[in-house]
Amino acid sequence: MADDNDQRRDRGLHSPLRRKLLMGLAGAPVLALMPRGALAAAPTSAVNTSGLAVTDSEVTVGILHSVSGTMAISETGAQQAEKLAIEQINAAGGVLGRKIKIIQEDGASDWPTFAEKAKKLLVNDHCAAVFGCWTSASRKAVLPVFEQYNGMLYYPTFYEGLEQSKNVIYTGQEATQQILAGLDWVHKEKGGDTFFFAGSDYIWPRTSNKIARKHVENVLKGKVVGEEYFPLGHTQFNSVINKIKLTKPKVIFTDVVGGSNVAFYKQLKAAGIDLSKQVLMTISVTEDEIDGIGGENIAGAYACMKYFQSIDNENNKGFVTAFKKMWGEKTVIGDVTQAAYLGPFLWKLTVEKAGSFDVDKIAAASSDIEFKGAPEGYVRIDPNHHLWSKTRVGRAKTDGQFEIVYTSPELIKPDPFPKGYQ
Amino acid sequence: MTSPVQALSKSLTVNDNPYMKPMEWLSLALLAALILIVLPLLLDGFRLNLVGKYLTYAFVALGLVICWGYAGILSLGQGVFFGLGGYCMAMYLKLEASSPENTKIQSTPGIPDFMDWNQITSLPWFWKPFNSLPLTLILVVAVPVVFALVISAAMFKRRVGGTYFAIITQAIAAILTILIVGQQGYTGGINGITDLRTLHGWDIRTDSAHNILYFVNAGLLIGCILIAQYVKRSKLGRILVAMRDKEDRVRFSGYSVAGFKVFAFCLAAAFAAIGGAMFTLQVGFMSPSFVGIVPSIEMVIYAAVGGRLSLFGAVWGTLLVNWAKTSFSESFPDLWLFGLGALFIAVVLAFPNGLAGIWREQIEPRLTRRIGSLRAPDPAIAPHSAPAE
Amino acid sequence: MFGDYSLGDLGAIFAMQGFAGLILFSVYVLMALGLAIIFGQMGVINMAHGEFMILGAYMTYLCSSFFQAHLPSLFPAYFFLAMLIAFLTSGALGMLVEWGLIRFLYKRPLDTLLATWGLSLILQQAFRSIFGAREVGVELPSWLIGSVQVTDSIEVPINGLFVMAVTTLITVGVALLIYRSRFGQQVRAVMQNRAMAGAVGIDTEKVDRYTFGLGCGIAGVAGSAFTMIGSTGPTSGQLYIVDTFLIVVFGGAASLLGTIASAFSISQTQSTLEFFLSGSMAKVLTLLAVVGILMLRPQGLFTLKVRR
Repeated sequence: MADDNDQRRDRGLHSPLRRKLLMGLAGAPVLALMPRGALAAAPTSAVNTSGLAVTDSEVTVGILHSVSGTMAISETGAQQAEKLAIEQINAAGGVLGRKIKIIQEDGASDWPTFAEKAKKLLVNDHCAAVFGCWTSASRKAVLPVFEQYNGMLYYPTFYEGLEQSKNVIYTGQEATQQILAGLDWVHKEKGGDTFFFAGSDYIWPRTSNKIARKHVENVLKGKVVGEEYFPLGHTQFNSVINKIKLTKPKVIFTDVVGGSNVAFYKQLKAAGIDLSKQVLMTISVTEDEIDGIGGENIAGAYACMKYFQSIDNENNKGFVTAFKKMWGEKTVIGDVTQAAYLGPFLWKLTVEKAGSFDVDKIAAASSDIEFKGAPEGYVRIDPNHHLWSKTRVGRAKTDGQFEIVYTSPELIKPDPFPKGYQ
Repeated sequence: MTSPVQALSKSLTVNDNPYMKPMEWLSLALLAALILIVLPLLLDGFRLNLVGKYLTYAFVALGLVICWGYAGILSLGQGVFFGLGGYCMAMYLKLEASSPENTKIQSTPGIPDFMDWNQITSLPWFWKPFNSLPLTLILVVAVPVVFALVISAAMFKRRVGGTYFAIITQAIAAILTILIVGQQGYTGGINGITDLRTLHGWDIRTDSAHNILYFVNAGLLIGCILIAQYVKRSKLGRILVAMRDKEDRVRFSGYSVAGFKVFAFCLAAAFAAIGGAMFTLQVGFMSPSFVGIVPSIEMVIYAAVGGRLSLFGAVWGTLLVNWAKTSFSESFPDLWLFGLGALFIAVVLAFPNGLAGIWREQIEPRLTRRIGSLRAPDPAIAPHSAPAE
Repeated sequence: MFGDYSLGDLGAIFAMQGFAGLILFSVYVLMALGLAIIFGQMGVINMAHGEFMILGAYMTYLCSSFFQAHLPSLFPAYFFLAMLIAFLTSGALGMLVEWGLIRFLYKRPLDTLLATWGLSLILQQAFRSIFGAREVGVELPSWLIGSVQVTDSIEVPINGLFVMAVTTLITVGVALLIYRSRFGQQVRAVMQNRAMAGAVGIDTEKVDRYTFGLGCGIAGVAGSAFTMIGSTGPTSGQLYIVDTFLIVVFGGAASLLGTIASAFSISQTQSTLEFFLSGSMAKVLTLLAVVGILMLRPQGLFTLKVRR
């Protein structure tokens, strides 16, 4: 049975049959050219053969984030972005002529609750797609549920990779996509050859730092002079700051998360480490986090992301305006928020390409879906269900925004199982 | 202690001391009917699986009734034992799911995936026993009990008081959480041990498996209630109560107080461990979020809501709080924490004996009167002499 | 690991590491002082201690926003007022809680634990509803930011010095209050023998209320000081609770000197270990050592000999 499952997963992505089906679909421009009215006429029995909650006028999707508990802080933005995207899609006529109806569930920062609610969304509510989860732990908890009951999850967070599933579309970056281009940049532009890693003690920082270390040592021929981990919620960083002073690295590379971030940057600044002289690169601080840290404490640090609120293009201007209109002038938009915003649109495009809400057809039709209206610019779904996206480096300013100093020239291929980095 | 408690201890010294009194048989029958017949008939597979999950917490609450309600030892670290039991089970299931064929894409096939990601190339020694099912089943209970023994023997021998014990167990829960999260190569880290599939070749993810596991779980719970009932009714149970109320007198009477306390604590740990193992089987993963302080304290509230002196109350309390949590947090996630907080305070201030107290004071007297009017009065079930459990 | 560094470097590092330990020590003392009064003197297990600290932190946040918006000229001095307000609000809430909840539970210490845990859940949700789920940043006046250059390589953060100064002041103040004032005498009398204290005319209920309020107020000041080094969010308070209780218990409850000694030994152990091990393992080993010692010596470092 266990084998069975693996095979099913593989077949979903790589089987020749699927590929043929896919090519057939791609070669059916009729579908794409059909006016919206014609699509709306498509009978529910044709677009929904697997008992999903789809009626002639409505399709139900789930949103599954923590509204309560410790993760609520982080997950608020993602959930707001998903609601905004769905509202925009509805205003533009919905999906296959059907309005999207949201059922929202609270994961309560508790992993079994996530699994429980995911199961409810799939088994009781028959959601056509679910947008949600934030931490790796919550994703790991719901993954077997999505595979068992054949649901579709759009997962927004940048994460450690080492995973691929027919039932998940990863709209955030996996670790190599986020890190490598940034390290190359800091090596070339800032002469970074010695690195000090500091992170929170759990899987994402550890995996990210492992990949970063391999890249520094094998590709950049540099040296990692220290690597430190702290329990989640740690607030005393004076010892590690002393170690940093002792080892004098060219680059401090951090993936400290949550409340620890605030303490880390405040103490760094207090200890006289001036980020206008000392290069610090973080992969865990977005505009969201700066809100809590305080712009003046982190100004000068570099962050490596695929999206910054300050990206200058038409898509993003529209997105930022709409987001602030819906959620208030003071809200800020971070990398994950934008990735969450992509989810509903990618799903809509896939449904329209597949001409069906059926999860199997969507899973198959997802590869090579292109979304030109993304705030981060053009994105595309790889056959491995991750997104091709650019890597950007931004420099934090005192007002809490980033000044973008580097954008990778090409889209970077997602590689969740990177060879040579494991 | 409060007056109902004293009333109860008095009643326990009554000479006639059968294994269960009629009212208790009734309680047992009610509970068994609910979890074995009514719930499975009424609920769909999804909800039943949820109830199954709640019932695994009831094991912990049951243990707390014995060690907190009867022996007066409040442990804020029951999550540790729940977690250890669950982890032991999860380690076996993970090894089974990580057969060399399933993991052939790894650089070292045959070890769990998270070890491979952390450059561990061979199975650590403490994982080896979990290749065998019988050994695992023994270790599920043995590991937590031995751990409980080590903790409690050291402390009770030195007469550590109640509040201190609570704080130290809480610290142990914190330490174990940091340790599990930090040693992710050996433990799966914060994600826990996930993607568990089969138990000795039997797929535990199917609906039929969930149903079977539900009944196994319910059966084990009733078994544990019967064991606890036996302990409670035995001389041992009476010593525990005596110890809780006047420890020195028991000590001066020549009893080894520490020994009895250690026993009660280990029994509670064993119950929690069984609950943890059943949790892993039914939910399909285990993670450090059940080891920490927050779940440990929440489990105390289950016992408190049910009535800290009532074995059956523990189960009812667990079901009630969790049912409220699930339904409230679905509709009003914000209000839920207010509600839970208020529940803690209300149970302490207004209903120190929880549901069982309400039952005993409100429902039981009427029930006894009704029964009494139907047939000749039976001294064993006369009001005031029968504490309802 | 020291081979590559000059003697001067090493000296500077050890000096700074020692200083880091001292800052941690001040932080621990500040956290534990309020609890030492509430748990040590009154026997109440206040699980909401962290939330009282966070209340102080939020008050500081409000003050900083207010001064920034309305009285920018006085901004450099706002922190002192913020600490006072933090003390008063947390203290007032503490007295309210004592009156509405704690006074019914003096004979059931374990139940205070459950009730105050419930209180902490309610406070957390209240913070979330009022201030939002996100962490808030507190703007510091410029004189609190930066560091003092002692020698070429030794730098001392100013906010660290400030925390140390605040800790010293509050500790001395509390010690004077408890051991030298009439109120302190009454507090100790009530703690040692409630019935007797009542019999000689002490209003024990009033003393209880003020003592609890004092403990909570100090927690509020601690929270206020922490905005300089840590984060302020609805659930930040929970992070401190285990450490704080261990410090008080390790010191031997009911002894202020014990609390200080235990904060010192724990902070020095942790900061030394942190230098040689990773942060996680340092924390685990420190906590394990404390638990281990408590198992062998449950009365803690210092004990007060009183007849119970």
